[in-house]
Amino acid sequence: MSDQTATATDEKRDGRGLLREIAESQTAVVVFAIIASMILGSLLIIAASEDVREAATYFFSRPSDTFSAMWHAVSSAYIAMFQGAIYNPNGGTFAAQIRPFMQTLTVATPLLFAGLGLGIGFRAGLFNIGAQGQIIMGATLGGYVGFAWDLPVGLHLLLAVLGCALGGAIWGFIPGILKATTGAHEVIVTIMLNYIALNLLSWLLTLEAFQRPGSDNPQSPQVADTAEYPLVLGDQFPLHLGFVLALLCAWGAWWLMERSTLGFQFRAVGANPSAARTAGMNVKRAIVLVMVIAGALAGLAGSAQVLGTEKSLTSGIAASFGFDAITVALLGRSRPLGIVLAAILFGGLRAAGPALQVQAQLPVDIVLVIQSLIVLFIAAPPLVRFLFRLPAPTHEKEVAA
Amino acid sequence: MKNIIRVGAVAAVSALALAACSSAPEETESSADSTMDAMPAETVDFKACMVSDAGGFDDKSFNQTGYEGLLAAEADLGIEINTAQSADGNEYGPNLDALVADGCDHIVSAGFLLGDATAAAAEANPDTHFSIIDFAYDPAIDNVKGLTFAAEQPSFLAGYVAASATQTGKVGTYGGMNIPSVTAFMDGYLAGVNYFNEETGGSVEVIGWDGSTGSFTESFDDIPAGKSLTQGMIDQGVDIILPVAGPVGEGSLQAASEAGDTWVIGVDSDFAAKYEEYADIILTSVLKKIDVAVEEAIAEDVDGAFSNENYLGTLENEGVGLADVADAVDASVVEELETIKAGIIDGSISVAVS
Repeated sequence: MSDQTATATDEKRDGRGLLREIAESQTAVVVFAIIASMILGSLLIIAASEDVREAATYFFSRPSDTFSAMWHAVSSAYIAMFQGAIYNPNGGTFAAQIRPFMQTLTVATPLLFAGLGLGIGFRAGLFNIGAQGQIIMGATLGGYVGFAWDLPVGLHLLLAVLGCALGGAIWGFIPGILKATTGAHEVIVTIMLNYIALNLLSWLLTLEAFQRPGSDNPQSPQVADTAEYPLVLGDQFPLHLGFVLALLCAWGAWWLMERSTLGFQFRAVGANPSAARTAGMNVKRAIVLVMVIAGALAGLAGSAQVLGTEKSLTSGIAASFGFDAITVALLGRSRPLGIVLAAILFGGLRAAGPALQVQAQLPVDIVLVIQSLIVLFIAAPPLVRFLFRLPAPTHEKEVAA
Repeated sequence: MKNIIRVGAVAAVSALALAACSSAPEETESSADSTMDAMPAETVDFKACMVSDAGGFDDKSFNQTGYEGLLAAEADLGIEINTAQSADGNEYGPNLDALVADGCDHIVSAGFLLGDATAAAAEANPDTHFSIIDFAYDPAIDNVKGLTFAAEQPSFLAGYVAASATQTGKVGTYGGMNIPSVTAFMDGYLAGVNYFNEETGGSVEVIGWDGSTGSFTESFDDIPAGKSLTQGMIDQGVDIILPVAGPVGEGSLQAASEAGDTWVIGVDSDFAAKYEEYADIILTSVLKKIDVAVEEAIAEDVDGAFSNENYLGTLENEGVGLADVADAVDASVVEELETIKAGIIDGSISVAVS
């Protein structure tokens, strides 16, 4: 026991221990963090409900009104969330009933791609905040291939997807090479590159070549049909081929990290760069490679946007996926399977947004608050352990590393 | 310490309890209400809805103005409303779908960013009517009405007023972003100043817009950016400024009131009413009545008179206009404005930048 405490404090001292503890927290902590945030979310829903506030003014003359208003607010919110994200029993046809879940998977796709990339980085000890910029650059390059070039079916999509991966990879390579050669901290560099990517895209969208003919709005033409991800389950569902590709990437990421020599090097560099160097590994090459792979995956998240759902470039093409993906990667404990599940959870939370507003009359921000609460609880494992009386952690990362 | 917390807790609880002491409403009240009281308008079976862009309905700019139009329609026409706010660009399509599923008869989309999503939703739901602010389709879609505004017309008048009133011979403008719905104001302003120069042989200069490039804050919510941009222009000798950036204009008001002897021209709504504390430095405001257009589009639809014909707000139909001009401006200038306005309406004066 004292042994483990010593290891923990040692790791804290070098500053990376905390990140690793968060990135590789126990499954139980993750599950309870989600439950805790749902409970806190209910309290916020009650507080945000006008009916409850109205009924509370005459609480003592008829308390039942207040409680039924509270119950109604919370239940209608979670029912709307369920119907908006998973299954809508009011849909006329079976297709309409399961459409919400298909929407969830569609929204999960960019989160899944970007989360996988970030997860690989986290396990290699690189705290990459740059997925946002990498998504933007991927979408920009791939989108340009999509709307400006005229190519045959199949080849066009392939080149557009590769363009997305390349755009993201370039944006990952820059902080990677800077870190490897000069020691520039990847957090600072990637954050700054996010701004550069966003402003670069905003500027490109002022150019004639990136605008629709006859319009000066900062919005690109739609990508050609030949460059769009085909819909995998027919026209009634928004789910596109990008999701299948994302699942393949998840398998690829698992194989890379768990089965390949390269992945072993990445993990070794993450666990202890000095030891990895002593063992004869090329740490600099590993850092650059990790960032390039992470960037390419984030770029593919851009492809899910520009070739899958949005179909044209605007300055908001990346939405907030680059930052949400950080949460997804942390929630998924940086493991591919965990990231798949976390991405679907977050996809569901996002997909439920419209139903929450329209059906339950809740502000859209409540979804953001629940997401943020999950992050808060994940980032504070002792708090979750205290709340749910969980046992102290047994450091399984010795096994992992 | 513990005592303080206890006392505080007791106080808080009793405050809550007291607040909860009012009497319960009568159970029957709601049913009596609807039959006895005269409603502001007959309740009609019509639901109008609106989707915001990523700015949200509280953006103090066109989303909010459009939303006010929707609220006015609710009050005046006695219809039901519903809204969906978009957190980001990914939600435009899903929000439109959710409102269609909610049974909306007429859905208002705020802004060109919703253009593709609205077209797709309109195609998938031919029985639902849509209107979209600051955007028009070419060719028009059967069930979508574009709501556009000739903002250059009142801006032309504002440019003329600014050119007549400047003491330094330099007037300024800047935009939120270099997009057509913003630069329309700047074009009209520039053209108005040029017209003044031609008519009177003056040589008033416009800083911040030359017809194709100019100054932009690249944001519609960064008030400090508007302030520093305005300060920069004041340092160059500008004494009248037109900020075309929604709420960022407040930064211009701050900078102008600190510098003194500087006027600001409002945009979208009447700044003299919106920012009362700065009313004495507001020269006039260029009005773009999105709320009126939204309410009219809904009203037409309620009356069964929906058409997909593009609406263009002009000086003639008062969809755009110029607010009252500050007293400091010569009465003769205000008279000339009427003549110019008539000229713009009958086409004898061009508001395009020459």
